[in-house]
Amino acid sequence: MKPGLFKISPGFEEVMPAEYRELVEHGPYGAGMGVADLGAFKELLEEHPLCAGCGLALSLRLFLASLPAPQDTVIVGSTGCSSLAFPQVALQNIHSLFGNQNALASGLKRALSLRFPDKVKDVVVIAGDGATADIGLDMVMHSWFRQENITTVMLDNEAYANTGGQESGMSPQGTVLYMAPKGKKFPKIPLPEIAREAGCAYVGACSPAQGKRLERMLRRAILVAREIGPTYVQIFAPCPTNYKFKPNETLTRLKLLEKEGVFQPKEYITREAQDLLNKLEGGGKP
Amino acid sequence: MTAFQYQVLAGPEGYLPPAAAMMGVELPDKGEALIEGQVVSDEEALHKIAEKLLGAENPFFFPGPLLLWAWRDGVEEKARAIKDLAETAGAKIIPMPDYRPKYPMINPDVEINPNHPNLTIWHNNIDACVFVGVHCHYANMALKIIRGGTDCYTIALCAEAGHEDAMISLRDAGLEKIKRLTTIVGDKKRQLAGREAICSR
Repeated sequence: MKPGLFKISPGFEEVMPAEYRELVEHGPYGAGMGVADLGAFKELLEEHPLCAGCGLALSLRLFLASLPAPQDTVIVGSTGCSSLAFPQVALQNIHSLFGNQNALASGLKRALSLRFPDKVKDVVVIAGDGATADIGLDMVMHSWFRQENITTVMLDNEAYANTGGQESGMSPQGTVLYMAPKGKKFPKIPLPEIAREAGCAYVGACSPAQGKRLERMLRRAILVAREIGPTYVQIFAPCPTNYKFKPNETLTRLKLLEKEGVFQPKEYITREAQDLLNKLEGGGKP
Repeated sequence: MTAFQYQVLAGPEGYLPPAAAMMGVELPDKGEALIEGQVVSDEEALHKIAEKLLGAENPFFFPGPLLLWAWRDGVEEKARAIKDLAETAGAKIIPMPDYRPKYPMINPDVEINPNHPNLTIWHNNIDACVFVGVHCHYANMALKIIRGGTDCYTIALCAEAGHEDAMISLRDAGLEKIKRLTTIVGDKKRQLAGREAICSR
């Protein structure tokens, strides 16, 4: 986006709804805002239709606040809970066919590189565990094999949540859900390790319980994808509606699961990516 | 010309009205416009727009993102001209800043959304509206929804080839044409005021 492009035509300022005026005056475009600034700027997500206590909703807020250049970012989404919120986000975003998100993002990134050769455009895929680890796994992995310069973010709520509660590949073994009454027969797919082996230069696993860690991982993933190759971030936030816990317990539960070792934050960084991050982050260990 | 000429009239035409293009209404050539599905001269359409705006009880302008955001040279000048036109016609303005399908619902007091424009029209009792600066594919959809569910008279000031689904549609509506329309509206308003003054004597 060109500086100064985001401007209301003169004479129409007073008729523009307040949220648009706030986006122009206090929005994050080109402002270098981050998670620590939440509450001090106009966020890109005004409202959302997700369930009370949904960890994905918090993850989306943190994700949007963490983008290093929202004005030059295009989001590619896919069918799932997060796709219900994304049409309302004040950011360029494309909804793809279920599972097709990484194929679409690959083409989009290549097209943007041709159309804007002197400009960095970040293409970030954000999809649920069903779209990433099940239905779209072939498209996801082939984008990694091809070394596409895109970031893939999985919102892992461990179920197909808005279709009644079916198990996904990311549900833990033994999980019983409304539409999975016999219990899941195989363990959670180790997608961070698969991503590492499939050629991702940076892999992170985090949860929305620690916003700054999520921000650091997402920014690292996007910066590495710009220069080196595919990156992957997995955000763990089990669904309160289908896993049947109270909406106000989401964060304490996430912290407890991390403390118990059920959820383990991870970071896999190639040597090349680490060199780049050292350079970008000032040489010291971030 | 077919024996049956479909007329694009104010509704409500009912759920899922046909696209006017499907009913044989064709877009006008340069220098021409559409009034209720019939090709007329630009000048005739400009006068008809003025009559409709001045005759309406509650006319509104719905400027879209192509006009509301100063995204390229010339937009600011056109925006001023549209503001001037709306003020001359005594119309109010409700913006369509983007096309996000906001849920649970938009605030119809302050904005209009192309996915459910009828809400804003019903809520504000709008009997005539002007679309300007709305991307064509969204304007087509919104105009059809309005014709289907409301009795609002729709006018499209299109910078491209025009809209069959509007009751009156200009094409190539650039700065010059908009200023000409403002002049016509201003003249007619003065004539009406003169007539009213004579009648009240």
